[in-house]
Amino acid sequence: MKDLALYVHIPFCAKKCAYCDFLSGQATVETQREYVTVLCEEIRREAAIATEYRVISVFFGGGTPSILEQGLLAQIMETIRSNYKLLPDAEITVECNPGTLTADKLSEYRKAGVNRLSIGLQSADNAELKLLGRIHTWEQFLESYELARKAGFDNINIDLMSALPGQTLANYEQTLRKVLALQPEHISAYSLIIEEGTPFYEQYRFQMKMREMFGGMGVVNMAGNSKEMEEELRDMCEDLQQELLPDEWTERRMYERTKEVLEEAGYYRYEISNYAKPGRECRHNLCYWERTEYLGFGIGAASLFQECRFDRIDRLTLYISKLNAGESTRTEEEVLTQQMQMEEYMFLGLRKMQGVSISGFAKLYGVEMQEVYGNVIRKYQEYEMLQIEQDWLRLTPDGINVSNRILSEFLLD
Amino acid sequence: MSVDQSRIRNVCIIAHIDHGKSTLADRIIEKTGLLTSREMQAQVLDNMELERERGITIKAQTVRTVYKAKDGEEYIFNLIDTPGHVDFNYEVSRSLAACEGALLVVDAAQGIEAQTLANVYLALDHDLEVVPIINKIDLPSAEPDRVKAEIEDVIGLEAQDAPMISAKTGLNIEDVLEAVVQKIPAPTGNKENPLQALIFDSIYDSYKGVIIFCRVKEGSVRKGTRIRMMATGAEAEVVELGIFGPGQFLPCDELSPGMVGYITASLKNVKDTRVGDTVTDASNPCAEPLPGYKKVNPMVYCGMYPADGAKYPDLRDALEKLQLNDAALQFEPETSIALGFGFRCGFLGLLHLEIIQERLEREYNLDLVTTAPSVVYHVYKTDGEMIEITNPTNLPDPSEIERMEEPIVSAEIMVTTEFVGAIMKLCQERRGVYLGMEYMETTRALLKYELSLNEIIYDFFDALKSRSRGYASFDYDLKGYAPSELVKLDILINKEEVDALSFIVHGATAYERGRRMCERLKEEIPRQLFEIPIQAAIGSKVIARETVKAMRKDVLAKCYGGDISRKKKLLEKQKEGKKRMRQVGNVEIPQKAFMSVLKLDED
Repeated sequence: MKDLALYVHIPFCAKKCAYCDFLSGQATVETQREYVTVLCEEIRREAAIATEYRVISVFFGGGTPSILEQGLLAQIMETIRSNYKLLPDAEITVECNPGTLTADKLSEYRKAGVNRLSIGLQSADNAELKLLGRIHTWEQFLESYELARKAGFDNINIDLMSALPGQTLANYEQTLRKVLALQPEHISAYSLIIEEGTPFYEQYRFQMKMREMFGGMGVVNMAGNSKEMEEELRDMCEDLQQELLPDEWTERRMYERTKEVLEEAGYYRYEISNYAKPGRECRHNLCYWERTEYLGFGIGAASLFQECRFDRIDRLTLYISKLNAGESTRTEEEVLTQQMQMEEYMFLGLRKMQGVSISGFAKLYGVEMQEVYGNVIRKYQEYEMLQIEQDWLRLTPDGINVSNRILSEFLLD
Repeated sequence: MSVDQSRIRNVCIIAHIDHGKSTLADRIIEKTGLLTSREMQAQVLDNMELERERGITIKAQTVRTVYKAKDGEEYIFNLIDTPGHVDFNYEVSRSLAACEGALLVVDAAQGIEAQTLANVYLALDHDLEVVPIINKIDLPSAEPDRVKAEIEDVIGLEAQDAPMISAKTGLNIEDVLEAVVQKIPAPTGNKENPLQALIFDSIYDSYKGVIIFCRVKEGSVRKGTRIRMMATGAEAEVVELGIFGPGQFLPCDELSPGMVGYITASLKNVKDTRVGDTVTDASNPCAEPLPGYKKVNPMVYCGMYPADGAKYPDLRDALEKLQLNDAALQFEPETSIALGFGFRCGFLGLLHLEIIQERLEREYNLDLVTTAPSVVYHVYKTDGEMIEITNPTNLPDPSEIERMEEPIVSAEIMVTTEFVGAIMKLCQERRGVYLGMEYMETTRALLKYELSLNEIIYDFFDALKSRSRGYASFDYDLKGYAPSELVKLDILINKEEVDALSFIVHGATAYERGRRMCERLKEEIPRQLFEIPIQAAIGSKVIARETVKAMRKDVLAKCYGGDISRKKKLLEKQKEGKKRMRQVGNVEIPQKAFMSVLKLDED
């Protein structure tokens, strides 16, 4: 029996955050019910292809899965349970937002077998939360966290974000410390990335553009050198009553500080942005990096199944009508060639601190890793950014800091 | 359409950069009511995207508005915006020549600065009525009284009743409008005289062909008139003429003396309609052209190469299109061993060069590699032949060179007396030959120097400004060629010679130049994953060295859940981004580095 992970997308939110470019939005309770009904139909229908698999993880992501009306999540879990071989010790995670959790919902989750919560906090600073467009305060988060502990959840992740507009290194460190005091089992710490199509992008694109145009570059700059530009940027932000984005140096320090502070507190980094107490790594996330097969359900959800990647239709009305009509919801199907599989093996696997197995590569693809990637590996070994220890190729601490560059070189022409 | 001359005011706005020229223009347009506030873009006049982002005006822009004055009459204002850089000094002077008056905008906090002086004297040279305006009086640091006194002392303009405004908030803009009506003279000129119109700009439009921007001085022009450009001799029949609405052309029947407007005729090339030329009626020509015309020749050359060799035909098309609109731009094909096929292009100056470069990139979506700018050197070979060199890599072997000559300019630098020492030091560093100094007033001096063009095309203007805290202004004329001890300086990055960075320099300054170039390259080359040595060499002798330290952070932290395709797309983009850099050996060099290394002044 092969391992399989399931991802369930709940595209609903109380309110969209200013930085969010995930597939989500507000919806009425009626829409939620209708969505869950067809979602369960999809889960049932796809079970036919997965009879030879055992499910090791289920992950409810969003959106805000915890916004679902009481009972709907249990209904989805029940559908999974009765159609797939769900292992008794499978990791079952629900992403939730403070302000949407109640004691009743939490007890519903427990009964449905949910054993892990991932709470989106992002910051412990109320002003920053407001700026991000979050619906909750730090105090409301504390309340939700306590409720979750009381309900018996002993495996909780907290999501944090650095490089927020106006954020200082000290602000950020304070968030880290406040969160550490709660002793969650797992912490995900990402840098804010301002994505096109979000309100943040509209708000900050000018600032980003200015930085890009003048940042350190000696372009003929009628206003003066880049230091003066920096001041100008500051003035401009003041005029626009807008926070200044942290500069690169601060951003990097925040990033380094995360590792220092969390490791001191007994968390270890097992992936570029993820920290856990020993034994508390997120198994579902590891599935992605290790190319374990997974099926995604719900609009826009991605799947990897039998060396084929596909997405679900990402428009709600179309998705619902397809399912009601008994038609396929798959889109963007792409059969992975061996070359693509090798690329993925490398650029996904190297995100793990453990690295990628050299013998595993040869076993899977019938060709030595050195034969395909010898040049790149040698180049970065020389720079001391990749290292080989026995069977494992991994990024060094220096390599992690510039991982994007290195990973991009594992794409074959 | 008959227009009463006494109701016309032709005005330009002159100011130091950032003193609020474009903002004031916006307010005037707003207050005169041709546009509603909703239609106002932040800066109505600067309509080229590039101009708006850089905050400078590249091409002269013009707009006509109607103002109902306190005397109850309606006045037509023609606002002519002027470019603000020494590269375009000639264009500025032609724009000024099209006006009777100028609004001099001075920042109430910063007072008079270099361009203020330079432009005021240019305006006074053209007998313009200059009306000072104190802007930004809403700033906490504003000192309007000090600035007024300064205007009177330094420029000698009556400033006590100068309008005190805030262009940003719109405060007291009416005072400006009234001052235009009352202080700036109406145009003169007789409709019965033969046509005499000054071209102050021209653009190419793919539908209408060349559009001439002109100011009618004498006579009138109508649809169907056969016009002649007196300097170029081009003739054509007027197809359409009209005036400038905000952001659009408004056709009319006739342009009479004093009017500012546009003319289209079946002209295909802006080369036929040079700025400064006089338009006359071919069947009834005026006796002589308006004064001040000169043909503008390129002073600076550089190589432009597509980053992707396959884009060479695209680059040619783009240059041809830009040339339609820019008579000063010249280009011819050239090849380089390292960079492949490209063009040697000629420009008025460094800013002109950079503007063209950016337009090619933005409007034509081309990635370019630009080589170091060069002047035209005369190289006399031992076999008696003289060749003109605009590309350092074409310099013959030293054994074949008998002597070399470089272009020399006579330069005039106007500066307040306190900075005379600093400016003389700068000129000395740049191999200047001191010719003399005149005191204009007790506070201002005019320095005269003979300078090598090679020393001033790169960063002289910037250095001048920074060393005089913005108070110096500068003008030069090409004088001729003079023998010079020149050497070719090569740059090695990670031990490989980069021919696009080679340049010709005077032997006496080669060491200093080499050192600074290495320093500047160190700043420009982004940190990469390894250390990069940068060396300057003459022949095989290394004269300077710097090192670029390794890069420290580039992480894709965000999680996209199971959406691996998206993650891969980002990595692909990264890989693509690397292609936009010029790969020299192992090192990726951003194209900007090829340009900015030439701004070497440290002060």
